[in-house]
Amino acid sequence: MNQLFDLAAGFAALCFMVAMSLALVRVFRGPRAHDRVLAFDTLYITGMLTLLTIGIRARSTVYFDMALLIALFGFIGSTALAKFLLRGEVIEP
Amino acid sequence: MTEAELSPWVAVPAAILLISGGLLTLIGTVGLLRLRSFYARMHAPTMGATLGTGCVIVASMLVSSAITHRPVIHELVISAFLTMTAPVTAILLMRAARSRAKD
Repeated sequence: MNQLFDLAAGFAALCFMVAMSLALVRVFRGPRAHDRVLAFDTLYITGMLTLLTIGIRARSTVYFDMALLIALFGFIGSTALAKFLLRGEVIEP
Repeated sequence: MTEAELSPWVAVPAAILLISGGLLTLIGTVGLLRLRSFYARMHAPTMGATLGTGCVIVASMLVSSAITHRPVIHELVISAFLTMTAPVTAILLMRAARSRAKD
């Protein structure tokens, strides 16, 4: 049963890695800048899910903190990029 | 790697949740790559941000609760955080796309 569960977790991690590479293709190909920002947004969420899945597979709680930090800083990063695209400034006086 | 043996009552639902979360995220990202316009591409990866994250987080809660023999719910922090922040990013990006489409 445990081998089956590890196989399922490995399959989920593989799915997330394929999804990350597809998002990376969109980052490089995106016709305009907001496409690239959207792909970066997808990329950090999928990376966070990969870390959570690896943590489930390793039965460790260390990966949870990393996933939380990635969620925090990824949100700040994509919000700053979107604000820059919107106004040309990140922090306005 | 696996020092704690999981009971089938935990392993099977967690495995199903992990597989469905992975497939949902993959489908959403394929939509991000294949859809035509930016406005159509905008909503495809939200499938991974909501359903995929929900599935993986419920699976993680199940496995950690089964290993430590007590209810572990601190994964809900990530879920609540994503629920609060994903619409903010989506609204800002959409407004940026609309203001850049005009010029």
